[in-house]
Amino acid sequence: MQGNRVIGEAAIRAGCRFYAGYPITPQNELTEYMADNMRRTKDGTFIQAESEIAAINMVLGAAAAGARAMTSSSSPGISLKQEGISSLAADELPAVIVNIMRGGPGLGNILPSQGDYFQATRGGGHGDYRTIVLAPASVQELADLTMDAFDLADRYRNPVLILADGMMGQMSEPVEFSEPAPRQYPECYVLNGRGKGKSKFIRGLILDAIRMEEHNWKLYRKYQVITQKEVRFETFWTDDAEILIVAYGTAARIAKGAIKRSREMGIPVGLIRPITLWPFPMEVIRSFAERVDNFLVFEMNTGQMVEDVQLALGGIGKVQFYGRPGGVIPTPAELAKVIAHHARKK
Amino acid sequence: MKKVFSRPKSLKNTAFHYCGGCGHSIAHRLIAESIDELDIQDRIIGVPPAGCAVIAYNYFDIDMLESPHGRGCAVATGIKRVLPDRVVFSYQGDGDLAAIGTAETFHAANRGENITVIFINNAVYGMTGGQMAPTTLLGQVSTTTPPGRSALLDGHPVHFSEILGQLPGTMYIERCAVNTPANIMKAKKAVKKAFQYQMDNVGFSLIEILSQCPTNWKMSPLESCQWVNEVLMKEFPLGIIKDSKR
Repeated sequence: MQGNRVIGEAAIRAGCRFYAGYPITPQNELTEYMADNMRRTKDGTFIQAESEIAAINMVLGAAAAGARAMTSSSSPGISLKQEGISSLAADELPAVIVNIMRGGPGLGNILPSQGDYFQATRGGGHGDYRTIVLAPASVQELADLTMDAFDLADRYRNPVLILADGMMGQMSEPVEFSEPAPRQYPECYVLNGRGKGKSKFIRGLILDAIRMEEHNWKLYRKYQVITQKEVRFETFWTDDAEILIVAYGTAARIAKGAIKRSREMGIPVGLIRPITLWPFPMEVIRSFAERVDNFLVFEMNTGQMVEDVQLALGGIGKVQFYGRPGGVIPTPAELAKVIAHHARKK
Repeated sequence: MKKVFSRPKSLKNTAFHYCGGCGHSIAHRLIAESIDELDIQDRIIGVPPAGCAVIAYNYFDIDMLESPHGRGCAVATGIKRVLPDRVVFSYQGDGDLAAIGTAETFHAANRGENITVIFINNAVYGMTGGQMAPTTLLGQVSTTTPPGRSALLDGHPVHFSEILGQLPGTMYIERCAVNTPANIMKAKKAVKKAFQYQMDNVGFSLIEILSQCPTNWKMSPLESCQWVNEVLMKEFPLGIIKDSKR
């Protein structure tokens, strides 16, 4: 099953009952899947919105009204959605946003790229906030992480971003869908008319500086809990590794291929694959630095996550970077050469 | 003694922050009275805008969700589609609705969303201090059109209600004013009718309210009421623009 469609199927199975989107390549199959399959549900809504901005704001309304809501796009469209994502974070509303990244900046192209790492992991819009960022590296993981994204969004009442690229969206692999857990979202956060109780309002505007500061610190404390509890990563061939590659998503798949080749040549290299890009597995990388002092960060951009790796290591060890931006997909053989060169330099 | 006038149940017991003579307070009251009379306080959800009415949730005793600037109709669409049995309205100014929110308003109307839009037209950006709005009149002085709005440089006042009236998806559009007791009574009737249409699943309704802004117009409240009659209504005539049930 194709990656884009898998995200759609996983979302519906996870109870997503509101989707609004706007056509943009390379994620159109997801929007089309939702158009075709939301009808399966009795109470689901699909809207082709007039713009990315309208789509994310429809999601804002639907999320406040108590629905599991999702929108999807690709890089330039995600830039447009940032206003709404900032509002979702400010309002503490759950929503899932899918970014099937393409080459940039500007309109760029429609090829796989990882140029949106900074935007995704630093909030992306205006103001002091974070979004949880999940980076799948297989179609199976697209399914699993999409389901998890809805649970995480509910648990922390925060937007969750699925950050994949055109490769993940377009490729097909076998997939098994797990049984989702029943939704747990407290009714008290749902805006559905005051009924017999007290009227509620949801807002991000707080004119008083002290109260606005309190709200910022409240969000900060939530982000601290997420940082402590929700870090996810995978390690691959790290036990005896003397060189560690750090890569995520499509780049991590390429890295696995390159590592197998390098191992055949006798180079002891392994992989740390962050699955959550925010929160970033800082401590994991730091703990590896006790044993390994040679890190190679590999990204399909000119160097973004490398800054987080440097931050994690705090000056310990050597951090090198290899990147291919603009929609170029490097081969495992190409990366294996880089690893060999890196090993000799050591 | 018989009580003949009181605060509507759907308004909180709070003083409005609006300037003396401002039309917002009257518009709020008309909405609240309509909610009370239709007995929908328990199941109506409002979407206030960015602008002077941004903290409308401090006044209305109903559920409300703040919208980013101009996105009221998209936010209201999201709510209404999830909760079709609730009554959903957005409350938007001229800049919010007819400038930055043009696309969201136009397309919600074109989809025929079963929501109600209360459109406050005071021909100026109020909260930010009196800049040119899409509805500012030709020759009207604002802080960003110091010599007066020029058709050549700044374009013409936008008649958004008439534009929406052209769309098959819109069901009821009326332009009202709140500058005289008679006009206030008519505006109340229009707001209530719009909510009633939504409850009857008729479809998209919009009530434009010409509203005084004495502060930014640099007039007394009385002068601004007269200016609505003598100048603003010449550009934006009152009346039903579209009523598909009539």
